[in-house]
Amino acid sequence: MIRNPKDLQRYTAPERTNHWVVGISFILLALSGLAFFHPAFWPLTMLFGGGVWTRILHPFIGVLMAVAFVSMFLRFRALNVMQPADKEWLSRAKEMVSGNDHNMPEQGKYNGGQKMMFWMLSICVLLMTISGVVLWRAYFGFPAELVRLGAVIHAAIGAFMIGIVMVHVYAAIWVRGTIRAMVYGTVTRAWAKQHHRAWYRQVTGK
Amino acid sequence: MALQSLDIARRSATTTPAPSIRETTAVAKLIDVSTCIGCKACQAACMEWNDIRDEVGTCTGVYDNPIDLTAKSWTVMRYAEVEEQGKLEWLIRKDGCMHCADPGCLKACPSPGAIIQYSNGIVDFHQENCIGCGYCIPACPFNVPRISKADNKAYKCSLCSDRVAVGQAPACVKACPTGALQFGSKEQMKDYADKRIGDLKSRGFEQAGLYDPQGVGGTHVMYVLQHADRPELYSKLPNNPSISPLVALWKGFAKPLASLTMAAVALGSLFHFVSKGPNEVSQELEDEIAKEDAK
Ligand code: HEM
Ligand code: SF4
Ligand code: SF4
Repeated sequence: MIRNPKDLQRYTAPERTNHWVVGISFILLALSGLAFFHPAFWPLTMLFGGGVWTRILHPFIGVLMAVAFVSMFLRFRALNVMQPADKEWLSRAKEMVSGNDHNMPEQGKYNGGQKMMFWMLSICVLLMTISGVVLWRAYFGFPAELVRLGAVIHAAIGAFMIGIVMVHVYAAIWVRGTIRAMVYGTVTRAWAKQHHRAWYRQVTGK
Repeated sequence: MALQSLDIARRSATTTPAPSIRETTAVAKLIDVSTCIGCKACQAACMEWNDIRDEVGTCTGVYDNPIDLTAKSWTVMRYAEVEEQGKLEWLIRKDGCMHCADPGCLKACPSPGAIIQYSNGIVDFHQENCIGCGYCIPACPFNVPRISKADNKAYKCSLCSDRVAVGQAPACVKACPTGALQFGSKEQMKDYADKRIGDLKSRGFEQAGLYDPQGVGGTHVMYVLQHADRPELYSKLPNNPSISPLVALWKGFAKPLASLTMAAVALGSLFHFVSKGPNEVSQELEDEIAKEDAK
């Protein structure tokens, strides 16, 4: 049952599927990667059938995520080009975080923070994929110096990425009415008008 | 292996103390390059005691055979021909794990108990705990560990920890016909090396010396070298080896810090939520839209 036929379509089914493939593989990558990151996280290997299975599976899930991410990148790239209004939004992000976003500048489909997230994650995935392949001992044998550098990059960017993805997920939980955009693809008109007014006017013609 | 469980100094990926109530004497193997004749009896003894047979390879045109360490060849003789003061010198070095006091391999290994350092100094790989990630390989300053294609486990010289545990010398030492290989307490080996170095100096090798690199805290396999000032002459034995700064960075203080930061982001989000409350769509806007619909 559609709650309200006047709800606005924000994501198509293929877009949502694509995002979930990336999201699920990211969570699996974070859990399996952390297991090698520090002994405190070693018990996470139990989720994947032990240390050896975790070592085997992690890079393959990585490849899946990388491919799915490229597809998502191509879908959303054009919508994430930074505009002057985004810069202003970013310079006032503090107000947003403090819980009062009513005076924030009008935003299109994505606000400055979301766009920043998009580009940071794109760069991170690129770096994680390259350094991950360098670390992939079962199939590649890169020179020791390169592997050492790869390990530092993979671990540092991995931790950074886990941090910003937590922010990404939290933002979706915090801003009520957002999760449904990724679950059934629609948002209410009031939600759109409050958070992405320029996009609201564009899709409703108001 | 379990026999020695009470005299462990360090254990990979373990943050609590290893079982360490017993202290054993630090041991060492001394390789006197100047009395080695390159017969490879040690290589054969290693295969025999450890019961491993490498695949028969091909002749590469030099004495080195196999040409490199493998998961099944834990020690290999490396033959270098160098010219010193117009004379040919054949510098034959027995290569293998150096049993570092500060082992890069152990530091890098993410799998608890895959790499063990006994309190006698021996660094041992326990393959049953190895996950085959290969982290130990770039972390070793001597390029020693090898992963087997058959089982994806890392292997290297164990300094015959099983023999040493019951008071025996390593198999290679037993087999050496010239006395180029010696085994005993690290102190004894240093004393013995001093005698050898004195002898070499008296015979014109001014730079003769002991290779016990301090960059890795010293090693439990040491060399007597005729040219201790230039270890690289000996088939690229590293001069002043140490754990790469990149490995130290990767495995150092940054990780606990990063873990805490990640936890702080997660907790910070939760506390943001409970202090600011959710960001709801305002009632005003909801009403406005409802009014539009009613028209
Ligand atoms: C995109 C493709 C990726 C590939 C090919 C890849 C590959 C690898 C490989 C080969 C390892 C070494 C352990 C093993 O052999 O399984 C590793 C470790 C790791 N990966 Fe990935 N990975 C990828 C993506 C990611 C992502 C997105 C994350 C972040 C959530 C991540 C987090 C980690 C962490 C934290 C480690 C442990 C690093 C350490 O030991 O310091 N990886 N990865
Ligand atoms: S390959 Fe095995 S011994 Fe080497 S670091 Fe990985 S788990 Fe440890
Ligand atoms: S030589 Fe390499 S493998 Fe041997 S103890 Fe040192 S770091 Fe480990």
